[in-house]
Amino acid sequence: MKKVYGSADEALEGVLSDGMLIAAGGFGLCGIPELLIDGIVKSGVKDLTVASNNAGVDGFGLGKLLDTRQIKKMISSYVGENAEFMRQYLSGELELEFNPQGTLAERMRAGGAGIPGFYTKTGVGTVIAEGKEVKEFNGEEYILEEGIFADLSIVKAWKADDTGNLVFRKTARNFNPPAAMCGKICIAEVEEIVPRGSLDPDLIHLPGIYVHRIIQGDHEKRIEQRTVRKREEA
Amino acid sequence: MPWDRNQMAARAAEELEDGMYVNLGIGIPTLVANYVGDKDITLQSENGMLGMGPFPFEGDEDADLINAGKQTITELSRTSYFDSATSFGMIRGGKIAAAILGAMEVAENGDLANWMIPGKLVKGMGGAMDLVAGVGRVVVVMDHTNKHGDSKVLKECTLPLTGKGVVDRIITNLGVLDVVEGGLKIVECADGVTEDDLRAATQATIVG
Repeated sequence: MKKVYGSADEALEGVLSDGMLIAAGGFGLCGIPELLIDGIVKSGVKDLTVASNNAGVDGFGLGKLLDTRQIKKMISSYVGENAEFMRQYLSGELELEFNPQGTLAERMRAGGAGIPGFYTKTGVGTVIAEGKEVKEFNGEEYILEEGIFADLSIVKAWKADDTGNLVFRKTARNFNPPAAMCGKICIAEVEEIVPRGSLDPDLIHLPGIYVHRIIQGDHEKRIEQRTVRKREEA
Repeated sequence: MPWDRNQMAARAAEELEDGMYVNLGIGIPTLVANYVGDKDITLQSENGMLGMGPFPFEGDEDADLINAGKQTITELSRTSYFDSATSFGMIRGGKIAAAILGAMEVAENGDLANWMIPGKLVKGMGGAMDLVAGVGRVVVVMDHTNKHGDSKVLKECTLPLTGKGVVDRIITNLGVLDVVEGGLKIVECADGVTEDDLRAATQATIVG
């Protein structure tokens, strides 16, 4: 089965529909699927629910899909690096479901692993617990959280082979593996597609079974908070 | 003289023991890393890294290497990377010995509020709820009072909670308090601060 596609537009062909749930990898602007986001903007698909830890910034990352009003609802742990996001949210145009970051990651992982729900201590006694089942284990309370089963996953990796085995780089891994796992279809964009056999099988971060389509392209990889030391401090 | 930010960070660093894996929050807690001295401490960044190094030198920034505050950082010889589900697995699983974080309010029963003020812009809890629910020990570092002079160390939190009964120790500009049965216990006063000063600035019940 051929997994390698020539462009984001080609890879997205036939997988988009209005109202769908998309899981997106990335943390801040680190490791986000820039090319696929651009492709989704171009497609014009609308009323999307997007599960992603953050919502990009104005004019970059998921911020682009907010600018075009293609997102109806975000499931995130931290937002608001984005004036347009806040404008749409405060005016009621955009729905927002806050999930604690670890709960969001585990909801994706669980969805991908066929686990419809799990109990966690995170959020017990807070607004996050409202309306959720509480169960006691060994004298401590836990709340029930549900797995996320996305219609589509969009992720960014460093390298792939043509079978979809993925390798990530440094902290750009973040939400990409769990996001990839929880989608019925997963499209990965990478910096380099390498020949089969050139990735060490012992060092694959995400096996190709989770990845259905792959594209290669150039990434801007914008830095959100550039912080440095002066050389003389060494 | 109450402690300044750096003195609070230095005091918080005394909480850390050799060999600990620790998560530091944003603000004063970040400064704690400057005061660990010779102790072998491994810093976790919840976006997927153990063994966080200092900021890079100018020109060495790497867009693929950031901390949970989205700042560019560096790796160390001990560094490992992992995905977000694994990262919060080690947090939720109690593998991280301690978290040092800031707060808006702390209550005498250990309740912590640090993620939202109703009516104001809410950006989200990020990983704070997972951290306080999961790590071995939660140490709060904050000013004892707010800018109006009102105590932030309360009988009950007024703001929405980040975690219920999760705080173990509070380090403020005025001193150190532990959450114990029935209220808070004074562990130590900042230089030149008396127990009476500390009591006067604290709304919570002080026991012992």
